[in-house]
Amino acid sequence: MTELGIPIPHAPGFIANKTPRIVTSRFDYEDSFTIERYEETGGYQGLRTALSKTPEAVHGEVRDASLLGRGGAGFPAGVKWGFCPPGVWPRYLVVNGDESEPGTYKDRLLMELDPHQLIEGCLIACYAIGLSQCFLYVRGEMAVAQERIAQALNEAYAAGYIGKNILGTELSVDIVLHWGAGAYVVGEETALIESLEGNRGMPRLKPPYFPASIGLYGQPTIVNNVETLSNLPWILSNGSEAFKAIGTETSPGTRMVAVSGHVKRPGVYEIVNGTTTFRDLIYGETMCGGIRNDAALKAFVPGGGSAPWFTADQLDLPFEASQVGPEGSMLGSGAIMVMDETTDIPAAALTLTKFYAHESCGKCVPCREGGTWLEQIMRRVVNGSGTKRDLDLLIEVGETICPGDFPHASNKEKGLSAVPFPYKMTTICFVGPSAFAPVHSALTLFREEFEAKVAGNSDRNYVEVTINA
Amino acid sequence: MTFFTEENLELAHEIIGRYPKQRSAMIPLLHLAQEQSGWVTEEAMKQIGVLVGTSSAEVLGTCSFYEMFKRHEVGKYVVNICTTMSCALLGAEELLEHAETRLGIKAGSTTSDGLFTLEGAECQAACTEAPCLQVNYRHQYRVTPSDFDQLIDELADPNNEETPRHGVLAQIRQHIPVERSVGAVHPDLVNVPPVWIEEKKEANS
Amino acid sequence: MPDSQPNAVSVTINGTQIEAEAGELVIAAADRNGVHIPRFCYHERMSSVGMCRMCLVEVDTGRGPMLQPSCMISVTDGMIVDTESDQTKRAQEGILEFLLINHPLDCPVCDKGGECPLQDQTVAYGPGESRFIEEKRHYEKPIPISDLVHLDRERCILCDRCTRFADEVAGDPLIQFTERGNETQVLTFPNEPFSSYFSGNTVQICPVGALTAAPYRFKARPWDLEQVESTCTTCSVGCRVAVQSSRNELVRYLGVDIDPVNHGWLCDKGRFDFEAIKSPNRLETPLIRDPNDKDQLIETTWGAALAASADAIKEARSGKIGVIGGSRLTNEDAYAWAKLAGSVIGTNNVDAQLGDGLPGKVVLGLPGATIDEACSADTVLVIGPDLKEELPILHLRLRGAAKKKKVKVVEITPLQTGVSSYAHRSIVCRSGEAAKTLKSLLTSDDELSQEIRSGSVVVILGRSSLAESALPAIEVASVITEELPKAKFLVALRRGNVRGAIDMGLSPGLLPGRVPLENPNDEIKKIWAKVPTVEGLDTAGMLRAAADGQLDVLILVGADPLVDFPDQDLANRGLRGAKFVVAIDNFPTLSVANADVVLPATAYGEKGGTTTNIEGRVSRLAQLVTSPSAARDDWMIASELAWRLGGDLKFSSMEEIWSEIEQVAPSHNGITLEKIWADETRDGILITETSIQLAIEPSGETPVVDGYGLRLISGRKLYDAGTQTSNCASLSALAQDAELRVNPTELERLGIQDGSEVTIISTKATGVAIAIADESIPRGTAVLPFNNPGIRANLFINSELPVTDIRIETR
Ligand SMILES: Cc1cc2nc3c(=O)[nH]c(=O)nc-3n(C[C@H](O)[C@H](O)[C@H](O)COP(=O)(O)O)c2cc1C
Ligand code: SF4
Ligand code: FES
Repeated sequence: MTELGIPIPHAPGFIANKTPRIVTSRFDYEDSFTIERYEETGGYQGLRTALSKTPEAVHGEVRDASLLGRGGAGFPAGVKWGFCPPGVWPRYLVVNGDESEPGTYKDRLLMELDPHQLIEGCLIACYAIGLSQCFLYVRGEMAVAQERIAQALNEAYAAGYIGKNILGTELSVDIVLHWGAGAYVVGEETALIESLEGNRGMPRLKPPYFPASIGLYGQPTIVNNVETLSNLPWILSNGSEAFKAIGTETSPGTRMVAVSGHVKRPGVYEIVNGTTTFRDLIYGETMCGGIRNDAALKAFVPGGGSAPWFTADQLDLPFEASQVGPEGSMLGSGAIMVMDETTDIPAAALTLTKFYAHESCGKCVPCREGGTWLEQIMRRVVNGSGTKRDLDLLIEVGETICPGDFPHASNKEKGLSAVPFPYKMTTICFVGPSAFAPVHSALTLFREEFEAKVAGNSDRNYVEVTINA
Repeated sequence: MTFFTEENLELAHEIIGRYPKQRSAMIPLLHLAQEQSGWVTEEAMKQIGVLVGTSSAEVLGTCSFYEMFKRHEVGKYVVNICTTMSCALLGAEELLEHAETRLGIKAGSTTSDGLFTLEGAECQAACTEAPCLQVNYRHQYRVTPSDFDQLIDELADPNNEETPRHGVLAQIRQHIPVERSVGAVHPDLVNVPPVWIEEKKEANS
Repeated sequence: MPDSQPNAVSVTINGTQIEAEAGELVIAAADRNGVHIPRFCYHERMSSVGMCRMCLVEVDTGRGPMLQPSCMISVTDGMIVDTESDQTKRAQEGILEFLLINHPLDCPVCDKGGECPLQDQTVAYGPGESRFIEEKRHYEKPIPISDLVHLDRERCILCDRCTRFADEVAGDPLIQFTERGNETQVLTFPNEPFSSYFSGNTVQICPVGALTAAPYRFKARPWDLEQVESTCTTCSVGCRVAVQSSRNELVRYLGVDIDPVNHGWLCDKGRFDFEAIKSPNRLETPLIRDPNDKDQLIETTWGAALAASADAIKEARSGKIGVIGGSRLTNEDAYAWAKLAGSVIGTNNVDAQLGDGLPGKVVLGLPGATIDEACSADTVLVIGPDLKEELPILHLRLRGAAKKKKVKVVEITPLQTGVSSYAHRSIVCRSGEAAKTLKSLLTSDDELSQEIRSGSVVVILGRSSLAESALPAIEVASVITEELPKAKFLVALRRGNVRGAIDMGLSPGLLPGRVPLENPNDEIKKIWAKVPTVEGLDTAGMLRAAADGQLDVLILVGADPLVDFPDQDLANRGLRGAKFVVAIDNFPTLSVANADVVLPATAYGEKGGTTTNIEGRVSRLAQLVTSPSAARDDWMIASELAWRLGGDLKFSSMEEIWSEIEQVAPSHNGITLEKIWADETRDGILITETSIQLAIEPSGETPVVDGYGLRLISGRKLYDAGTQTSNCASLSALAQDAELRVNPTELERLGIQDGSEVTIISTKATGVAIAIADESIPRGTAVLPFNNPGIRANLFINSELPVTDIRIETR
């Protein structure tokens, strides 16, 4: 076992603290990813427990646990499973291992360090709702995760955990490792399905709102995040009551959060859901230990690159969606990016806008054209050639992507009140609005920094659109 | 029309066999093609089209959507330096500039010896270890300029075997043993629940 | 929950309450109620993709108004839609601004300028100024993506219409989105052009000028165009078209969306082959055999040419005259010719078909199905020509229905066809033996047989190969009537107005109005000077008679038997055997060159009237341009000939002919020209009535096979060396050279190299072709296109036999 707080060699980042450990319990072992270690540490017991019950009972256990999805939307897994229309077969399981949201780093750890836990989770889900095949979609740029999972799958097949008549029961499921090839938007569940069908990873139209009704090959499909599924073995082994004993009623269990940026000990922490506050995480002694060089906190992104930003004013909010939403942001994928007082805010915001513009799938006009335009305007503002008018233009362009009030953290000094998350949008998925989120947050919270960058530049005139032949 | 080696063609058929619809094997096969030649050639796309039953244009459509598929020759090592927020906050831009100077090329191009292709990349899911980079999709963490120089020296050493050349992704492959495999079935051919579900229903009623 | 009107919901659009169908898209419901919501990507004949976001409107389903793409959401009861709210307008303006930032705005040099949805919607909904000051995206200016279509990626707004059409409708996914995000662009694979038979549709549905048709580029500006709706007569599907002309010249066809037929689509041949009418090869003046040099045709006057023809007819022995052709004609023309033959000349030797179809009585006697019925039957049996090559839009409709799982297509065919790709089952039979295969399928305990028997069935029936006689197809009809008595038929005849010509009586044994010769009605007896009573000869019969010296005059009305009759040898002997041959045509065809008198006729677009499609649907033909030459309408030629023969057809205009048809033809009673021509009659008028009672006697004959032979299979290709195609600048190059396709094992057996020259030997002729090994060709057969550049299949075919077998040898 490695010492508390010292990252281990293969997939650095995880930092243990005093929180109960549900999904990271094996991370301290050098050989955490092997089947031997897994079996030795209670592995595949959850599956055995599940198989001793009826599928409905297993589904019930997961529903009772109120396990919230860890992929970003935070939808209860047990409820989502129930959306599969009765009588429509076959059904599939697609595991979302495409982790690419800026700031997010947890699924890769789970895949590299405890692949068997994920596999066990998949099998439990398949058993509970009759999913006849499972596809494990792993982000393309994760060579090591793919190797670890391939290895684990091979071991598990050989040991009789996957395939025909699992552990001598009627459960028969194949788990297929599938690779992505580099496209953030494929993390969106319908794009993930398109990609898995061999297509360009462009999100599908909603409705239907969940692939549970029409998904892979038009069949009922459950898409769950890696971390979500990794919770299942523990829940089955220990029961939903034990799970709910951790965290709050509406946000039970633990969750993994990556804290990056200007903190003393950036790392991935397993924290208690619902009660841990941002302050605990950023300043806590067993966690990040404060801002680097003991500088002041300027702002932080609370839930992945798409999330509207918070400032010190929101530090005491807990990891609880019902409290974070009304303050104008979201918990998203468990990714916190911290900016200290030295940060060039417009430049920082640009790195995110650039990301989303680059990752647009190109389907929706507002995202394809608007995202890139936002990036272009931001670039000239950041490099000092923007004008004051550009600052208004940024908001106006953003309003075509997200009409109406955009959520932001209340900044009472400035007389603003928070607009609750989510926002209205003219696009199919959240990529388009996400390009605007950092611009909007940065501009609302730190307009003076933008103004300083454009000071002295005189406005350009716009040209009339002539379309006459 | 025959791009794949005999061995890879066999592998390709094995991969196709895992999916209820063959088109799903498109991306895995593009990876396999890239593994074989370091990048994805037109011949490869054509053959993949035939293998999965689509037009070559559809293969191109899918292939060109994804960042990792290179449709022109790239270096033996593709070095991706992350430039998204967390890394940017901790010096990614400086690292990229240093890399450009050290390799003598601009991001997006390949060194004349064909060893390195340098790219500015987006978030690599290692944000807590910023600034980070990937060499052929294998991470390097908290990379300082001197770390970078050392890394380049190691990779440039012809005896270096730690990092496989570009195109080779996972070096361990999934293999589904025939005797354990349930087998993929076209969804049109199934309209009943899997046995363990049916069984329990009967037991209940 | 049973509701009184389960499918109706009530929706409020802009304050007005309307009834909509549950499940209907908001944009469609608005369209039906005259509220236009701007859009780019939405197309009512394709699935919604919701890409452009132009159709955003405010929708309130009880949770407050929200911007929603109206092409994606379905109406629900009580829904309130506002297409003009401030929110909606702001969104529309915003989207247009986005679409324009990278658009080149080169309207003055763009073909689409003046009829461009982007342009129009910018005027109507767009921002007045551009706040975009960066460099626009740049791409190489128009690149050809096929022989007919050019792509300008700078103008493209990525609406997915063309790519969706190619994949979803045409089934030729050869254009695709490539790259991603802001760099997304439509492209083809290198060296694999968008060579779809339907490529022109993408030009028509492109909402900007990104896709342009090579034949139309820079030809005209929309405001200079005159437009009339008409019907395409390239094949017998009869697609609705808008024909556009500029300065007395046809410049463009656009597909018009009508439910029963083409859904707005056209095939490229139909779309572009009007170019032929402008061809310098058009016949312009009457020609007559040079008395000084029998090998020469020389120009003459109409008077002289008509007199010579009339004299020849007068001199002919009674009943020794035959009229071949009619499918190029309008219904009015065809009637005039039927009347001339029957009432004036007194013969029933008339045949609009060239030995390549089915007997007229079979066509009219089988219980008929419409295209819609075919596309909604439980099972469609396709036993006939390759629909994709011969009746392309029928293929498209059927494909669409099969893809949407509305029909199950079962095909019995001697070789793979365009239908095979969407057929539920493609059963390969030996050429000429479809009936046997069908019978054994239907009488087997195959699950499919049960499925076919348990539901509605439409049979698309025709000649699978022109190297087969009509017999095998008739045998199929007889098996069907026996085994599936409720089945309906759609007879797959290919030529333009062949069905109309048969309706008008240009088929032996028939009188106008689907009346058998034996039972003439009173009207015809009143109006016609005489009504033939003896059933005449069909084309094969006439040619045979002429060859044997039993026929003195052959009149070819838009017919080229040397090229189109399956047996060139017989056609040749027929034309030579006749004492006098009159040819009425648009072009100097091979047969025209062998005529004694040649009369130039007006072409499509130069004359008005009506036409009838394969279903029996009568629709209008518009005149848009005047013939620049001395060419005359076919009915006028008939009239003048009648007059010179001492008769009188008694009409002097197309309108008068129609009113006579309406009286004489019982099936057409009450269907006035006004009705057909009315603007509301876009769908045409379907005529189902027939007085033909069909009795099919199965022959029970099974073709004999020569042990050493390869059975010849020959079908037509969309682009061939046909007169029309070869006179179109844009299409003629698309016809591929004829090659003989054979299964590789056969070539191996015969020691023939793939791609080498071989000698083809049949009882009729010996010829040379390139042999190509093709895995898809069944063993024991050889496939040669009927009429492609190089070598014609009708050289080898013996039309007297049910099938033709050939031998091939290395040279
Ligand atoms: C643009 C976008 C990107 C996303 N990326 C991911 C991702 O990388 N990983 C993930 O698990 N979910 C991602 N999601 C969320 C998924 O759509 C989906 O909600 C999730 O995988 C469901 O799993 P869960 O219910 O277990 O959380 C993304 C969503 C959007 C809109
Ligand atoms: S919002 Fe952007 S990424 Fe999402 S579907 Fe639309 S274009 Fe694609
Ligand atoms: S028409 Fe609805 S999004 Fe394009």
